[in-house]
Amino acid sequence: MSILTVSNLYKQFGGLVAVNSVDMTVEKGSITAVIGPNGAGKTTFFNLITGVYEPDKGNVQLGSKSLIGLKPHEISRQGIARTFQNIRLFSNITVLENVMVGLHKQLKAGIVTTLFQTKGVREEEKRAQEEAYHWLEYVGLARHLNEDAQNLSYGAQRRLEIARALATNPKLLLLDEPAAGMNPRETRELTEFIHRMREELDVTIVLIEHDMKLVMEISEHIVVLDHGEKIAEGKPAEIRNNVKVIEAYLGKSAVTPA
Amino acid sequence: MQKLTSKLKGNKMAQVILLVLYVLVTSLSLYLAQASVTAFLLLLFSLLLLYYTDLSNRLKWVIAGVVLVGVIPFVASTGPSYQSYMEVATVVGIYVAMALGLNIVVGLAGLLDLGFVAFFAIGAYTYGIFATGQAANFMPFGTFPLSGGTFWIFILIGCFIAALFGILLGIPVLRVKGDYLAIVTLGFGEIIRIVFNNLDKPVNITNGAMGLASVQPPEIFGFQFIYPNQFYYIVLGILLFVILAVRRFEFSKIGRSWKAVRENEIAAQSMGIHLVRTKLLAFAIGASFSGMMGVVFAAKQTFVDPTSFTLLESITILVMVILGGMGSVPGVILGAAVVTILNLQVLTEVTNYLNQLNMDGVISFPEALAPAKMQRFIFGAILIIFAIYRPQGLIPAKNPVFDENALKEGAKNHRKEKITIDQDKGFQA
Repeated sequence: MSILTVSNLYKQFGGLVAVNSVDMTVEKGSITAVIGPNGAGKTTFFNLITGVYEPDKGNVQLGSKSLIGLKPHEISRQGIARTFQNIRLFSNITVLENVMVGLHKQLKAGIVTTLFQTKGVREEEKRAQEEAYHWLEYVGLARHLNEDAQNLSYGAQRRLEIARALATNPKLLLLDEPAAGMNPRETRELTEFIHRMREELDVTIVLIEHDMKLVMEISEHIVVLDHGEKIAEGKPAEIRNNVKVIEAYLGKSAVTPA
Repeated sequence: MQKLTSKLKGNKMAQVILLVLYVLVTSLSLYLAQASVTAFLLLLFSLLLLYYTDLSNRLKWVIAGVVLVGVIPFVASTGPSYQSYMEVATVVGIYVAMALGLNIVVGLAGLLDLGFVAFFAIGAYTYGIFATGQAANFMPFGTFPLSGGTFWIFILIGCFIAALFGILLGIPVLRVKGDYLAIVTLGFGEIIRIVFNNLDKPVNITNGAMGLASVQPPEIFGFQFIYPNQFYYIVLGILLFVILAVRRFEFSKIGRSWKAVRENEIAAQSMGIHLVRTKLLAFAIGASFSGMMGVVFAAKQTFVDPTSFTLLESITILVMVILGGMGSVPGVILGAAVVTILNLQVLTEVTNYLNQLNMDGVISFPEALAPAKMQRFIFGAILIIFAIYRPQGLIPAKNPVFDENALKEGAKNHRKEKITIDQDKGFQA
């Protein structure tokens, strides 16, 4: 059963076609990788799905519901969460509060109830703190709960982004270069962690990644973009030997002997 | 000295004794001295000392309440400057409430607003128009001026009308960001002032540049509020509400969404935060505090005209927020108090003193450097010094500290069935 269906997605910036008629389906519970050289349109593709940009043409469907025309916060409420290539944490608030922001849509407190600090609001707030702490434990950042997010190490900031995204209780999790800037050991841990998330949290994962070892090891399905177009898709083994993919990464000379 | 401070730290008893002594000495000197500004300021300073003691929050509130409600009005009441002290204290209170309102917009939600005084003006005119004969010009029914008894309802009305204008302004303005937002809000502030200045024709609503004179004083059970020492208690009451409200919003879901929007709009949206609604809420709540104080201001001055609501006022309020510490409630309170007292008391006193010296022939100032002209210069110099040496403000904003052990226990209730948490290994660096 497919959870995400992208059909004929098209986006143009001025004269540049960033995403050109891309089709893609993501199976529920799978791990899918989107790869491609720099500037291939991968992040734009994510931005189109999450509503940061509005596509010029085409359709994005989560389950049976079209996401076209929805604002980013509405798409988040539909059950898509994401992390960012250039980390976008709430730098000057604490690690725990960062995750609590992820719980935003699950909290009911309004202006009046907040003003009067009703019992319901106080209890909800306590529950939110506990649940946020729980997510910090899950990504191994519990010890840092009271630190400012900006003071975390690079790898820890990436994990905090994942914890924050998980707190929104997503059906579909988009990870934009989760291993960027990580050392080999951290990358190995991340690979393991992504597997665990899929097993334990009932979440479908789509990731953009340049680390081919991670991509080949983890993904069941790979989509390759180049110059905004989908040039190949399939199982890791198929992609590894695909002529077009090798050409995109290494140039024509790599496939046509001189 | 260092030994002394280290001994004081953590020793509540010693702190309380010192604080009480301090309050006693300063109140006694204020009580006995005729018009001593220094003693008055030192007495106010005791509230800052109180903030830095290790006492529990509840106790701090009680002590601050006693000092503000009882001690200050009582010991100041003997001197001939009683009303002028109370006037200063009242004005400080008004500015503190406005600065706290602006702090929500600028400090928490990160939206630079240079036209904030507009909401103050809206509050002031709301009461001013109906508490003078002015409303009779355009209202088809009712007799005006309304009695002073309606003042209390008008505090609420001013609050809601200002909030409404906050939203009305916000809807077009929040399409722009950063520097552009500052410019657009600046424009809005000026528009409001100019509209009030010109709304005397075709229908005379605001009486234009002439202003609204003899606004009805507030009244309750036949008792009229006329003097600053009476308004002082009204302001104190509203201020208590404002501080309570700000604290509650700051550490709630709403406050977190403001901070998230301030830190990163795109990430905030992808967490399900409605960007426009969150910003509008900040504008509305910030404006409502200003509106309430506008009503009080109109009643206290008994006169409202557009010259009270210039761009300089907006900037002064912004300075209070920045000087005190953006996003920090105690900081902003201190900032507002410092800036108001500097302007109203300290700088005028210094100028008077220098003038006196000049007249006595002790020092002679050339005409171009006359002390009265130097006031703004000294104020500017103080701001520059603070900007360089204390850019984070007098009392920088602090994040809440959560109790890890309590959360660790509580978090167990939230564990999803399948999840494994390995404290030692897992996804850890």
